[in-house]
Amino acid sequence: MAVLKVKFTKTKRDKLAQILWILNWVSVVSGAILFSLGLFLKIEIRKRSEVMAKGDVNSVPNMLISVGVIACIINFLGGKICYDCTDINKFNRWKMVMLPYIVCTFCFTFCILVGGIMCYTMRNELEESLYLGLRDAIKFYKDTDIPGRCFLKKTIDALQIRFQCCGNNGFRDWFEVQWVSVRYLDMASRDVLDRLKSNVDGKFLVDGVPFSCCNPNSPRPCIQYQLTNNSAHYNYDFLTEELNIWIKGCREALLDYYTDIMRSIGITVLIIWCFELSVLTGVRYLQTAMSNVLLLGDPQSDSEGWLLENSFVETAKYNISVIKNLGKANQISSVSGINDPNMNVQTVNYGQETVPTKSIPTT
Amino acid sequence: MALLKLKFNQKKRVKLAQGLWLMNWFSVFAGIVVFSMGLFLKIELRKRSDVMDNAESHFVPNSLILVGILACAFNAFAGKICYDSLDPAKFVKWKPLVKVYLLSCSFFIIFIFFVALFCFLLRGSLESTLAQGLKSGMKFYRDTDTPGRCFMKKTIDLLQMEFKCCGNNGFRDWFEIQWISNRYLDFSSKEVKDRIKSNVDGRYLVDGVPFSCCNPSSPRPCIQYQVSNNSAHYSYDFQTEELNLWNRGCREALLKYYGGIMSSMGVFVLFVWLFELSIMIGLRLLHTSLESIANPEDPECESEGWVLEKSLKDTFKSTLENLKSMGKFNQVDASAEGAEGEGAKTQAVTTVS
Repeated sequence: MAVLKVKFTKTKRDKLAQILWILNWVSVVSGAILFSLGLFLKIEIRKRSEVMAKGDVNSVPNMLISVGVIACIINFLGGKICYDCTDINKFNRWKMVMLPYIVCTFCFTFCILVGGIMCYTMRNELEESLYLGLRDAIKFYKDTDIPGRCFLKKTIDALQIRFQCCGNNGFRDWFEVQWVSVRYLDMASRDVLDRLKSNVDGKFLVDGVPFSCCNPNSPRPCIQYQLTNNSAHYNYDFLTEELNIWIKGCREALLDYYTDIMRSIGITVLIIWCFELSVLTGVRYLQTAMSNVLLLGDPQSDSEGWLLENSFVETAKYNISVIKNLGKANQISSVSGINDPNMNVQTVNYGQETVPTKSIPTT
Repeated sequence: MALLKLKFNQKKRVKLAQGLWLMNWFSVFAGIVVFSMGLFLKIELRKRSDVMDNAESHFVPNSLILVGILACAFNAFAGKICYDSLDPAKFVKWKPLVKVYLLSCSFFIIFIFFVALFCFLLRGSLESTLAQGLKSGMKFYRDTDTPGRCFMKKTIDLLQMEFKCCGNNGFRDWFEIQWISNRYLDFSSKEVKDRIKSNVDGRYLVDGVPFSCCNPSSPRPCIQYQVSNNSAHYSYDFQTEELNLWNRGCREALLKYYGGIMSSMGVFVLFVWLFELSIMIGLRLLHTSLESIANPEDPECESEGWVLEKSLKDTFKSTLENLKSMGKFNQVDASAEGAEGEGAKTQAVTTVS
């Protein structure tokens, strides 16, 4: 028994075709939106590429861009088909294309769903990418005179100011790296030499942070150096001081930022997916209704439309057998003639075959 | 002789009316844009009100808002007139109003022109407002525990970071004020005491700047304190160092920002002014061409339209005479008053007797 069978009059079919034509054009616009969202996300990720490790973070924007482009093409074609479905003669030329089109659209709609889900599942790989990227960037912060790294200081400072964050996980990350270039250290100074000697790796480590970690909300001038030394500053307690520098790490800040963007994009993609699904359902109804009209032979007559000709179970069984047969067709039989698709072809008798030929005029 | 006299047939009049109707609706849209620009400028100025001295700087945005509203009202009304001008029968009801409308429209156009000029000319007033406001703002930077001033530090810091500037005229302005609150100064420290004693006003002055003056483009960690002391820092020359701190003062930065906004708005308002002027001329031509139809029964006939009935000189003279006669009309004639007075007396006497 057919799934979701609906009866269509000529008027209903025309109305459905017109509505689907409009919906397809709306879908072209939604495809453009998907493309734009993907492009926006790609640009946003590219902006911060210096603080991201090379990974699969671009898979989501690339997916959205490709899905957007395909949506425009598929729905443009769908619009043309639906427009021609109002005329039975024009529909004839699309008859063969309709089923492959619906199958392709179904696969594509599934891709949209995958794209939408990917927006939510990307968080972990993004976190990993940010963690490694920020760790390396902080490590190279001091290298302002090394080509290829000279802009990292500016990038990190701008990032910390823009996202109101400090370090990778927090401000203490700066205590573990040498962020002051050797070029600006007085090697003749006893304090500098002592600090270098006291470290295994010979790094100049300080309990200080760059100026970009300073929080403007603090009521006192920013304390950047000797952060953990209460006696170095008047009326200061390192443990209770919350407003002096940004507490939040940049990984968390960036992760929140990108997660918010991707959550919004994800919702949009899922809405578009629902919309595409409804268009696909409509096109399937139109295709089956129009095919039945062709079988009946009267363009004005009522016809039935459905989603699946048989039940879900039967359709699944049929599809599996088709796939199996496809597999068999690709095999070469050992016995010649057996399973030859050209053997035992049944023909239909259409009546008299001997048609009298016209006399050839003589000159 | 009439100024800009043109001959109109029915077709031309209809075309002019339609064109003016369309232009009026464009002007309504332009009015909305001008209103939005005024609102935007007002919000932008309000944002920085903490570093501005007084409210006179709101003259330009208020004028733009007013121009926007008036433009919408005037042009919507003119659009209706032009639409009704297509039918001479409908135009009759507007006839007495058109002259008054054109007069008020000319005043409005003069007002638009002055508003456009103010967009360019009020830079000086804005500069002094900013200079005073920033000076006060910096003076109260340290008062983070004084109610009403507690957000001044945050405001100045954010301003310096956003506009990439330092101080009022430059970073040296911070050397002349005490920007560190007494609450965070250790008065038992000899260094603090000496610094306070060495100053006439007993202020704690340092050759240092807040962190927000630091320039991220600098290749070295930011030097905030002892900025003018070369020996305090390794491989450092205060005179040649350009990237450590922002060199530009916040007054200049803000002035450039607001100046840019106001110049753009001024240019747009001048375009609106030209557009409004062309509409008014068109409406005047339409009005005169419809009035000068020889036979009102025959709308197909030709007519003449003009901007001024006489030459500029004659129109100016007649306007002056009108104003003079209006002045005379308001004066009370002394001789007539005297005669009137005597007559009244006589009459009074007669009545009594």
